[in-house]
This record gives sequence, C-alpha cells and structure tokens, in this order.
Amino acid sequence: MLGFLAHRALGMLGALFVASLVVFIVLDILPGDPALLMLGIDATPEALAALRAEMGLDLSAIERYLGWIGGVLRADFGTSLTYDVPVITLIQDRLSVTLPLAIMSFILAVVISLPLGLFAATRQNRPGDYMTMGFSQIGLAIPNFWFGILLILVFAIQLQWVSAGGFPGWEEGWLAALGALMLPSIALAMSEAAILTRMVRASALDCYREDYVRTARAKGLGERAVLWRHVLRNMMIPVLTLMGLQFAFLVAGAVIVENVFYLPGLGRLLLQAIFQRDLVVVQNVILLLAALVVLVNFTVDVLAAWIDPRPKVLR
Amino acid sequence: MIKKNAGRWLCAAWATGAVLTVMLGAAGPTLAKDALNIGMGLEPPHLDPTAGAAAAIDEVVYANLFEGLTRIDETGTVRPGLASGWEISADRKTYTFTLRDGVSFHDGASFEASDVKYSFERAMAEDSTNAQKGLFEAIDSVSAPDDGTVVIALKRPEGNFLWNMGWGDAIIVDPASADGNKTNPIGTGPFKFERRVEGDRVQLTRNADYWGAAPAMASLTFKFIPDSSAQVAAVLAGDVDIFPNMGAPETLGQFEADPRFNVIIGTTEGETLLVMNQRRELFQDKRVRQAISHAVDKQAIVDGAMFGYGTPIGSHFAPHNAAYVDLTGVAAHDPEKAKQLLADAGHGEGLKLVMKLPPPRYARGGGEIIAAQLRAVGIEVEIVNVEWAQWLSDVFKGNHDFDFTIVSHTEPLDIGIYTRKEYYFGYDSAEFDAVMDEIKETADPEGRTALYGKAQQILADDAANVFLFQLAKTGVKSSKLSGTWENAPIQANDMTGASWQ
Repeated sequence: MLGFLAHRALGMLGALFVASLVVFIVLDILPGDPALLMLGIDATPEALAALRAEMGLDLSAIERYLGWIGGVLRADFGTSLTYDVPVITLIQDRLSVTLPLAIMSFILAVVISLPLGLFAATRQNRPGDYMTMGFSQIGLAIPNFWFGILLILVFAIQLQWVSAGGFPGWEEGWLAALGALMLPSIALAMSEAAILTRMVRASALDCYREDYVRTARAKGLGERAVLWRHVLRNMMIPVLTLMGLQFAFLVAGAVIVENVFYLPGLGRLLLQAIFQRDLVVVQNVILLLAALVVLVNFTVDVLAAWIDPRPKVLR
Repeated sequence: MIKKNAGRWLCAAWATGAVLTVMLGAAGPTLAKDALNIGMGLEPPHLDPTAGAAAAIDEVVYANLFEGLTRIDETGTVRPGLASGWEISADRKTYTFTLRDGVSFHDGASFEASDVKYSFERAMAEDSTNAQKGLFEAIDSVSAPDDGTVVIALKRPEGNFLWNMGWGDAIIVDPASADGNKTNPIGTGPFKFERRVEGDRVQLTRNADYWGAAPAMASLTFKFIPDSSAQVAAVLAGDVDIFPNMGAPETLGQFEADPRFNVIIGTTEGETLLVMNQRRELFQDKRVRQAISHAVDKQAIVDGAMFGYGTPIGSHFAPHNAAYVDLTGVAAHDPEKAKQLLADAGHGEGLKLVMKLPPPRYARGGGEIIAAQLRAVGIEVEIVNVEWAQWLSDVFKGNHDFDFTIVSHTEPLDIGIYTRKEYYFGYDSAEFDAVMDEIKETADPEGRTALYGKAQQILADDAANVFLFQLAKTGVKSSKLSGTWENAPIQANDMTGASWQ
C-alpha cells in the first residue's frame, strides 16, 4: 500500500508540473495586454509602461514562470492584477461558495440516484424501472442552466420565496447562505443525479448477474443481505469513479449555473480573469483545479483499493 | 425485502427535499425603506477611479463616494463640487478655486488645498497610472496659497478645463489613504465604503459627517449581474431596485407593461462607429469611405441590433449636446450611389475586407447587418469576433490589423480624438486640426458652438468613419424610486438624490 501511495503521489506532482507549464505557455501566447485593458483607450504610453512595470509584465517569460512557481512553493500566490487583492483571499472567498455548492449538489445527486438506481435495478423491465429510466432520461436531456432559469421563474419571481441569485456571504448566517445555494445546487444536481442513476442501475444489474450473487442466494441469504453484502460493495467501484469525475466537474464546471444565479464562484472568477487577462489569477486557479482533480482521482483510487483490495487496482 | 428497503431510501430522499423546501422559505428577501440595490452588468476591477479606465469604477464611486473640484450633473452641466466657486484670470490661464469649509475624508482626515495639489500632481507624475492623464495635460502648476484656496496655472487656455475637473479620474484623494483606494476607497462623498464581495457586490453606507445635504438612502448596494436573463430575473424578483443599463433591450417590453416598474430610456455619450482603418491605402481614398457610408442603413442597424433603441448620427457628436448639428443627411442610405462611388474609385469588381468585432451586441449584432448591407454593393466582409483584450492589442494598439471594426466611443465630448495622429483609425486632416485648436483657445459659448458645428461638418463631409448611432441608455427601475438619472452625460450612477416615494 505504501509503495502504491508513493507512486501515486509522484504521478500527482508530475501532472501538476505539466499543468503549470501548459497554463503558463497558453496564457503567454494569448493576445491581450492586462495593462492596456485596465487603462483603456485614452491611456498615455507612459502610464501604460508604469502599470506594466507595476504588474511585473516587463520581465521575461522565464523570470515570470520561475517567479510564479517559486511563489507557489512558498505558498505565495501573488496579487490579482485587476482586483489588487491577494489571489489566495480571492480563491478562498470563491471556494466558500463553490465548495459548499459542489458538496450540496453532490450529496443531493447521490441521495437521489443511489436509491433510485437500486430501485430500478431490482425491478428490471417492470413499470418501476421504466419510470425511473424515463425520469433519468428527462434529467439528462434538460440542460442545467435552463432548469436553473425555470427554478428562478417559479421560486424567485412567481412565489418570491428566494432571491433570484447572488450570495449574501456566510457572515450573514448559514441559513441565508445555504438558502442562496439551494436552487443552484438543485439545478446542478439534476443532470448529475440522472447520469449517476443510470450508472448505479447498470452496475447493480451487472452484479446481480454474477455467480457470487447466485451462490449467495443459493445458500439461502435474504435479498437484503445479498444487496448489502455482495451487490452494493462490488458495484461501487465504477460508481465511485464516476462520482469522482462528477465532483471534479461540480467544482470546476459550474460556471454556467453560477452565471444564471450570479454566484461569486470559482468558475466565474476564472472566466472573468481570462477576459480581463488577469494572468496571476488564471494561472493559480487552473493550478488549483488541476490539483483538485488529481486529488479527487487519488481519493477515488484509494477508496477503490480499500473496497476491493485485490492487487489489480494496485497496478 | 428489497422493495421495502428501496421505499425507505426514497422516503429519506423526499424528506430531505421537504427540509430543503422549508429552508428555502426561511431565507426570503427583506427590503428596508432606506436601502437601495443597484444592478450593474459589469463589475469594477477595483474601486480607484484614478487608476483604471473601466466605466464600472465610476458607476459605483462617482459622486457617491468620491468628489472632485467640480461635478457633472444629469444634464451634463458643470456644477461646484469640493470647490464652492472659482475665478478665471483674464488670459484664461489661471484658475483660482475656493474650497468648501468643514469637509473631511471618510477616515476623518480633513480636506485641504494640499490634498488637491497632491491629487493632481499624483495624476500628472511620471509613474502615474491615471487612465485619463490627458485631462491634466494643460496644467502647468498647482499651488495652495492657503488651506481654502487652490491656484492652477495652465500652459495654455483650455476651454474644457472645468468640465475635465469633473471627471471621475480627477477626484480628490487624501495622501494618507490614496494607495489603498483600490480596495478600501476613502473619499469625501455622501456615502462611504462598507464592504466588497468580489464577484457579487459593493456596499456603501451613508456618511454621517457629509458636508452637504444628507442623502435619503442609508445604504447603496451595487450588485454585479453579467448574464442578461439573470438581470431580468433579478429585477422581477425585487433583488435590485434599479438596473440603469440592462444588457438585452428586447427584454424591456415586459417591464413597460408592468406597473411595478419604469423603463428608463436615456441618452449616453456613446457614438457608435463603423471604423475604417485609414492606415490601409484603400481607405485613404475618400470616395471609398463615402461609398461605404452611403451603403450603410443606420436605422436598420438600430432596429435590428438594438431593438429600436438608439439615435442615428451623422458625425462624431452626441445629439443631446447643445452644439449638435444634424448631419445624418450627408451620408444618406443610397446603395446605387455607393456602387457608383466604388466604381469611380476603381473597385467596381468588388472588394474583400475583414471586420473585427468586440463582444458588445451593438458590434456583434450590428456587424452582421452591416456585412449584409455591404454585400449588396459588392463588398464581401469576413467577420472575425474578438474579445476586448484582443481588440485592444490587435485593433486599437499594435499593428492596427483590421479593415473595419465597430465600437462605441463612450467618453464625453471626445471629438478631439480625430486630431490624434497615432490613433487607431489613422484619420488625418489639417483643416480639422485647425478648428480643434481654435476651440481650445475660444472661451465664449457661442463661438465654441459654432466651431464644434464646423468640426462635425468636416468629419461628416470627409466620411472620417461611418457614424452609426448614439448608444441609448436602456434601464429599468422600481416605479417607487425617484431622483435617479435618466441620461448619462458621464458614466456614473449618481444616487445622491435617489429617494423612495
């Protein structure tokens, strides 16, 4: 197990290094001057030069790359070019919206899909199964931003129960903060739950067809015990892998829903930073997201190894 | 057994849903009578108007938080600000400002003449990052003979000097707090900075020690909502009370019919142009520029891209300005004449040109329509969509790599850009430059009006660009709210006069 962990950790570092290089090179090639964007069309050349020097853009690409990586290694992520605040506080603020949102949608998706998928699997080709699969098909077909707009129309505009968007901040009380995240998390969870339901059903059906299930039933085990002891444990590996992917997506890919609900999340920070050529923010946010995906994959691998300790997953 | 088990799971899921619904109900919005929520599409990068060109900075802090010696009001008139009055010397090269008494900054520091001297010298300094350094270009020296008086000596008479001092880029800051203004702005205005949640909002609260009349509102919250459907939802849900500049004009119809809201259609300083790159040999031929001007149907662009909001213009001047001359007839829509002019210039066989479009809808939507109109006279247009960052580096600066672009010039009274030789469209006219020089030396309003008329005429006759339309300000507000601006002579959301009925 230790060798496995060390091997994975090295792979993680390698992936992060490559990600940092790719991000830096792409941003360097991208046309656009952050100083010009900040000062606009009437700026004098001297003012532009002064701002470029202030932003550190007059250094060579290698100097800038080493400066960035050196800073990251010392846990110094630099200062945003546009907002003029430390990138680390920006990311922390955004994560305080994005992480709870991702976790809420994730829990919601799991809570909906696990029972629904198992329910459908145990009723294969019966009305219950068809209904569940029908719902999941609808869930897949509805884009999450459209579902979000629908939720706003009903709960914010018609019923006026909640705001149409925005985030009051955790210091306004957890109830207000969670309330603001409620509709977006439902909108995000919908399609994730639909995908996960299908995966749970398919994996469970596969397991039900296995010899060990037949053996378990043959030795007189009740259906409940078969489900809990044999099916659930074995079906979890593909489901877990998908869950890992989904969680990473919820953190990094919620930008459209964040826009619909105008939430100050990480996705919107990244999008805005790209438009504003706030290179410092883009670099660090992408690196953070890469680290997060790597970490989630690692966790999934470890969990999978724990669920099924046979050597094949230790490759 | 399984059935029962699955049922229990489902029950748990639905129960969770029920709890969520209850929590939703608990977090309803509350609206105090003296609070105002203002919606904006673009978020300011930071809050220091002396270190950035973004209009969104001024739209939060101008007049509300920061003040200059003069201020510009809703009608575009220059009014006293931190200076209660001024005297202009006979040669119009010395301005003596009398400052208001008892003014203090939000951190308690008192406002004195030395602050004015510091602010202007900071803006003019070599390492200054002021986006409108040109406003101070005429200033020779600033002196503070006593705490209540500032004397500004100019290098030459500058007819617009008082107007220039009313810009957001010329606000007065305190030496002790100036460097922190990006994140913690300290001004002299009726509202002071409370907090900012980047990506979400900026909150200001009433300044109890304000020197002038206290504002009716106890707090202002600027909420940033980029997505146009989210903007509509936010207004309908009552999350924002006023949205001075809505993203999508086609959504205004639903507010017009609703008694809870007023639709505000005002004017802006945005002259929207189809710019022709006169560094290209092709566009140095006046006949080609005239042909393109005649090929474009301005009203069709206003109707098609802006849902009818906007006023066609014939030169680079705002129709609401007193010195405006209606020159829309100079380049009336006439495709036959356009074809003839192109043939005369030797391009009868047709042309293939590139149009680079920045993100705003007037550009992307207008560009499609113009491309179709130009196709009708034999000009094939290849449209290239670019982001602002790319537009600024490729079109505006750098190699000026474009044939056409569409952009709205939103700075007030900016006809002077046609004198700049290095400017991106490359217009060059000695006759025009002479008129603009004369304006700088002319103080009497009538003489200036006549000269501005002459300048407009030269640009129109020269087909310096295709002057499309004046950008409208299309917004929505609560019908219970009054005292807000209808027009936008400068880019600001002056909420000092706003009140609830």
